[in-house]
Amino acid sequence: MTVLENERVAALESVKPVRRRPARRRAGLAGYLFVSGYTILLVAFGIVPTGYAIYLAFTNDRGQFTGLGQFIKVANDYRFLPAFENILIYLVMWLILVIVLTTVVAVILRSRMRPGLSSIFRFLFYIPGALAGVASVLVWLFMLDPAVSPASGLLKAFGFQNFAQVLQPENLPVILVLIAFWTGAGGWIVVMYGALNNIPDEVLEAARVDGAGPWQSAWHIQLPMIRKWIVYQSILAFAAGTQLFVEPQLLQTASLGRVSPTWSPNQLAYVYAFQHGDFNGAAAISIFLLALGLIVAAVLVTRSGLFTLDNE
Amino acid sequence: MTTTLDRRAGGHTGTRPVSRFVSTGIVVLILALLLIFFVLPAIWLLLAPTKTAGQLIHDFPLSFGSFGQLGAAWQHLTSFQNGAIFQWLGNSAVYSIGSLILTLVTSVPAGYALALTEFKGRKTLLTVTLVVMIMPSAALVLPTFLELNLFGLIGTVWSIILPFSFFPFGVYLVYIYFATSLPRDLLSAARIDGCNEWQVFWRIAMPLAKPVIGLIAFFSFVNNWNNFFLPYLVLPSSDQFPIQVGLNQLLSSTPSFNPVAGKGLNITSPELALAIIIAILPVLVLFLFSQRALVAGMLAGATKE
Repeated sequence: MTVLENERVAALESVKPVRRRPARRRAGLAGYLFVSGYTILLVAFGIVPTGYAIYLAFTNDRGQFTGLGQFIKVANDYRFLPAFENILIYLVMWLILVIVLTTVVAVILRSRMRPGLSSIFRFLFYIPGALAGVASVLVWLFMLDPAVSPASGLLKAFGFQNFAQVLQPENLPVILVLIAFWTGAGGWIVVMYGALNNIPDEVLEAARVDGAGPWQSAWHIQLPMIRKWIVYQSILAFAAGTQLFVEPQLLQTASLGRVSPTWSPNQLAYVYAFQHGDFNGAAAISIFLLALGLIVAAVLVTRSGLFTLDNE
Repeated sequence: MTTTLDRRAGGHTGTRPVSRFVSTGIVVLILALLLIFFVLPAIWLLLAPTKTAGQLIHDFPLSFGSFGQLGAAWQHLTSFQNGAIFQWLGNSAVYSIGSLILTLVTSVPAGYALALTEFKGRKTLLTVTLVVMIMPSAALVLPTFLELNLFGLIGTVWSIILPFSFFPFGVYLVYIYFATSLPRDLLSAARIDGCNEWQVFWRIAMPLAKPVIGLIAFFSFVNNWNNFFLPYLVLPSSDQFPIQVGLNQLLSSTPSFNPVAGKGLNITSPELALAIIIAILPVLVLFLFSQRALVAGMLAGATKE
């Protein structure tokens, strides 16, 4: 799920306030016809599920209004806090790693080497992006198994003698960060590089004349100028992190049950729905996740002035 | 964007030979480590199906086995549930391409209308689209499942194609593209020349929108191809699985990861590795062929290269 979401940053480049002249617009039916198909899908798979989830979260299985009952019930579940704790730990590690490393690498590729060489690097980093989802987890199951891994020496140096030791529940955040970074970072490096490429040469040249070294230019000039992308990257990485499902689910399968089947909130919601048959509780967990994702996005968006819609 | 030259601290140390040497060393080290990290697993994956499960453990991890063993792995994999992997690939193709077509048919006109026509509720629609875009979509998978269930669509092709074809990001991309790069005067001129709204869209806007259409097609296809959660929930039987869910089933049939269920089956690590390669092949090919166009499109003409 990661690399493609990453590329959404693409569109940011062109978000500019658009001055409009309403008088020249045509009012009328045509617009409605053009948006009709999309609007139907938006209602069916965006708005209705959200509304339905809210409805379920505030009622019980007989459709009676229960107020915050479902939320209190799931929040008191002994698996609830650990699940949110797990993704929080994962998110902090993942955000720091991906933002720092992709930015550093993009700066290096942009200012420290010839464009031809840097394009080869960008391409090589980008390739694992094709292995999103299930495939990437499966590859890393092999990479983390000291018996077959090409890095088994490294694993053993860390004290892991067999696969079971690697797949300890407490290692899961690190494993998930590794997988996410492997598939997602390449796309980000490409995007960050493009953003850096957009900074006029004259600016950097002026800095060089003034005696700034490459790291100083990076810190004082390049970084502030690509802030918008970094913020956007954080939003998407955060949203992706809150939704973890397939990765811990597969790791759970492969760990022969040592990893909790309710490691992430989405998995907990899944267990509620399909093992307990409690769709109201599952919906309450979904609402928690939605709220968390939207609050963080809202804070980042408003604080950074991202997504400037057309100012009429 | 504002230049920040004025904020630059006056450091003059960067060009000293020693620090230059150190900083180059750091750069080389970072790049080398990352290169190994990104490329090594991919190389290992390509070599794994040429070896037996035993060789995977005992031979050098990056050694080549034999083509004979590759053929054997292929045999084992294709005979799993009488060629289930082909069925899964076919299913994935149907789901991905079906949704892709619906996505294009709905999102291109919608993005166009949001950018270049005026109607009541336009801003609301745009705002809702942005909100849905940054919403963690997996949180909606369960309610979507219930909704599909309500309409009796569970287990049908539509239970995958319809939700997949909802792609707000595509609408947003088209909106940005038209809002920033299509001169409004061009449309006015066409209208004065007697084009109706449909003709303006079809004859003027569409031919200019090719790059962004390619971009959406790519994102939508790859998203659909890799999606796991929804098909995992709504499709009950193996002959309907897309390849991603099929891989999950293969994993639970591999003895090294599931000693109980995997007994007696011929699916071992090399077969699993081969299945992974086959599963990602369509996306990989798409990646390789469209990399240049993608990067260019992603940055929407912003690069100087």
